[in-house]
Amino acid sequence: MSAMDSHNTHSEHDVQILPGVHQHEHAHDHDEEHEHHDTFITKYIFTQDHKMIAKQFLMTAIFMAVIAMLMSIVFRLQLAWPGKSFPILEPILGKWAPGGVLDPNFYLALVTIHGTIMVFFVLTGGLSGTFSNLLIPLQIGARDMASGFLNMLSFWFFAASSVIMLFSVTIESGPASGGWTIYPPLSALEQAMPGSGLGMTLWLVSMTLFIVSSLLGSLNYIVTIINLRTKGMSMTRLPLTIWAFLVTAILGVLSFPVLFAAALLLIFDRSFGTSFYLSDIYIGGQALEHNGGSPILYEHLFWFLGHPEVYIVLLPALGITSEVIATNARKPIFGYRAMIASILGIAFLSFIVWGHHMFITGMNPFLGSVFVFTTLLIAIPSAVKAFNYITTLWKGNIQFTPGMLFAIGLVSFFITGGVTGLILGDSALDINLHDTYFVVAHFHLVMGSAAIFGMFAGVYHWFPKMFGRVMNKKLGFAHFWLTFAGAYGVFFPMHFLGLAGVPRRYYSNTEFPIFNDLVDINVLVTWFAILAAVSQIIFLFNFFFSVFRGQKSSQNPWKSNTLEWTTPVEHIHGNWPGEIPEVHRWAYDYSKPDREEDFVLQTTPLTEKEIAEGAH
Amino acid sequence: MTFLILAVIVLFVLAGIRVMSIAALSAELRNNRRDDIITDAENRNQGNLWVVFLIAFFGFCAWQLYAYGDKILPEAASAHGPAIDNLFYTTLALITVVFILTHIVLVFQAYKHAGKTGKRATYFAHSNKLELIWTVIPAVVLTGLIAYGLTVWNDVIYPGDKQATVIELYSKQFDWTARYAGKDNTLGRSDFRTIGEGNDLGLIEDSKSDDDIIVKGEFHLVKGEPVQFKFRSRDVIHSAYMPHFRAQMNCVPGMETMFEFTPTITTAEMREKLNNPEFNYVLLCNKICGAAHYNMQMDIIVESKADNLKWLAEQKTWAQTKAAATQTATNQESTATATLDK
Repeated sequence: MSAMDSHNTHSEHDVQILPGVHQHEHAHDHDEEHEHHDTFITKYIFTQDHKMIAKQFLMTAIFMAVIAMLMSIVFRLQLAWPGKSFPILEPILGKWAPGGVLDPNFYLALVTIHGTIMVFFVLTGGLSGTFSNLLIPLQIGARDMASGFLNMLSFWFFAASSVIMLFSVTIESGPASGGWTIYPPLSALEQAMPGSGLGMTLWLVSMTLFIVSSLLGSLNYIVTIINLRTKGMSMTRLPLTIWAFLVTAILGVLSFPVLFAAALLLIFDRSFGTSFYLSDIYIGGQALEHNGGSPILYEHLFWFLGHPEVYIVLLPALGITSEVIATNARKPIFGYRAMIASILGIAFLSFIVWGHHMFITGMNPFLGSVFVFTTLLIAIPSAVKAFNYITTLWKGNIQFTPGMLFAIGLVSFFITGGVTGLILGDSALDINLHDTYFVVAHFHLVMGSAAIFGMFAGVYHWFPKMFGRVMNKKLGFAHFWLTFAGAYGVFFPMHFLGLAGVPRRYYSNTEFPIFNDLVDINVLVTWFAILAAVSQIIFLFNFFFSVFRGQKSSQNPWKSNTLEWTTPVEHIHGNWPGEIPEVHRWAYDYSKPDREEDFVLQTTPLTEKEIAEGAH
Repeated sequence: MTFLILAVIVLFVLAGIRVMSIAALSAELRNNRRDDIITDAENRNQGNLWVVFLIAFFGFCAWQLYAYGDKILPEAASAHGPAIDNLFYTTLALITVVFILTHIVLVFQAYKHAGKTGKRATYFAHSNKLELIWTVIPAVVLTGLIAYGLTVWNDVIYPGDKQATVIELYSKQFDWTARYAGKDNTLGRSDFRTIGEGNDLGLIEDSKSDDDIIVKGEFHLVKGEPVQFKFRSRDVIHSAYMPHFRAQMNCVPGMETMFEFTPTITTAEMREKLNNPEFNYVLLCNKICGAAHYNMQMDIIVESKADNLKWLAEQKTWAQTKAAATQTATNQESTATATLDK
């Protein structure tokens, strides 16, 4: 498509973005007249097609996830068998594992980069990037994102930031090592640890690009959802996936700039002699000139992003789960409006709870009380969601597709990890548990495992939409049960370590005799981690095998209601060959009485009877 | 060796692909390979597996409780400790009930309603009554929990007017120093610019610092006497964590933080209770601070008032330390002069 053509298409779009008016015939005719002749580069690399961009995000996220997972195995080996030599490590890590024993500085580097990659690159970029891109246009009935160009930029900023983050691992002084929260002064002063030198600079550069990518993506998602819905697709007919993606994008737009501000001030402190976060410091044999700043300021700024970030990770997973559970239970999602309300409630509250990460930083204790109040309130919309999922299963006709198994697994993690939030959110209890393994257990279950399971559910469920084939179900079953058992085996025992007082980010627990009795928990955890990691080979094999050799998918393999299943299996520009379908009902008319089939596509007009009954 | 491993992996993958394509081909031939359709038998199996999972999972949790239950939350050795533990066990009881019940209900749905050909799900889209129930009940329970939690928090953080002994815990990469406020119970002032040889804490000339006592390695507390800790850090953020006393506070460069508690069990008593003559209370660092973060510790000895006075008398005050340093310097100087004279 020439520049001129694309300009024309856009101006047509502009005209069409009028409330209630939705005609794409012109654009469609236009497309037919000029068949697309994509080169390899415009089709697979610098593509502006949302479906291909979604796959790019997914591939990058899978790659990053494998790296981050392997990192966790390396530090789990050290935790289970401290000081033991693993000869395989030396050729891989070189000077960071002299004699096969992991170096303490590199241990911290691994922990830091594992966290950074998993939170930002896999569960933020990977999850939202893949499924918001794939599903927003397809499920709202749009030909593509509002801006394909910005969408392409969003991916390439993400790719660049991934490359820089991975490159930082290979440099002489090692990558950032101050924990994924990079609290100054540790992260601000090169004298404090080797990773706070060039490694930290690269981390900040990478994250800056990541924030740009995230903002470009989020703005695009919001605009697309608000403006490009097809005729009849009112906000209350949107699938819950789209609601989750919309609110996630809004959270991102409101909170990532604050992280950017925090990073910018840190860059100034590191390189330009300012003192936003630094005061009264004597390090490396000299008193520093920096004076008058406060590290607590950084913590406030960081967690103002950091807490909404938890929901940026979790909400898309919950949205995917809503869709997958309803489809495969063959039932409407229970309490559709309550689900929307709880998404909004969680999103609102997520902005006023950041202080629960800071109860014992010396923040005013009264302020702590306020944050206890707001934090525990989040349990209410969360409970509503959990109960609604369970009720959706009640009296269903449950089809245990691999996607469905992962979605139910998510509900289990969401409950198990969520309830311990009532302990950590209580400032009095946080005194003793802050920064212990109890915290590690909590967030790995409620946002780590739950969000990853949401991502797996999405991959299995929408694989036919992405690749026109279905993943092997038997391998899917095996992958699910092994990963499920592995994740609980890794993270559940950590509660006990934390309650015994074991701090997180310890290179080894051997220096404290009080922890001697707990060594075998770490061995158990590491074995489960290895099991979970090995199980991912099943997934990777199934994924890549199915891309090329999987069973060919029919148009609507899961007999689902939503619009994406009305598009042809083969991907085309503009998604629908003819007119964009019009929507007449909500997305959840499964097993509707009086219908022969147990699903009713959103494009099916309401019957007289349904209108009389007040259906919307 | 590496090459061999790689070769084996590659071979496995290739073999896997062959097996899969043979399986795929033969299944296609038999025309029953449908990955998008879950058969009744598979649904039944998966439904049953959820029950197996639940039993195994609960069994795993119970076994952990049995194996490690006595190692979690070691007996609280501070006055406010039991209040925190009670709050913890109350919350734990509550969430355990929720955890168990919701899992039983969740898995029961999966078991009971596993898909079957010809079966039809019940169209049940919402119920205001149900949704109201599970909004209001958590709200009520949480209100109680918040009130209880904040009461404990206030009691711990604002411990009352009783005069407490002031001790400073000073952190740096990677050790702790304790400074007792001495007879006047007031810490002398400090400034990080004066840190140097013989003045690790950066104390400045101040009459209040003369009676301060600086110790490393271990510090001693008196059973039954409240102690107010003031925390400082010289370089990065550290966190003073004393798990047996249910006490923790970050040490932040540029500001002073505080935490107050009263020890209730002496080290000797605790050793007897645990039947472990080696036992010591510890102070550890609980905020990532660098390579040796995992080994930044100090022992805490809790003892009787009499023992404590005896121990304190053995320690040098800041004034005495300074005098000794001056004395050494003078001696060295006179020795040097004497050598020159010869």
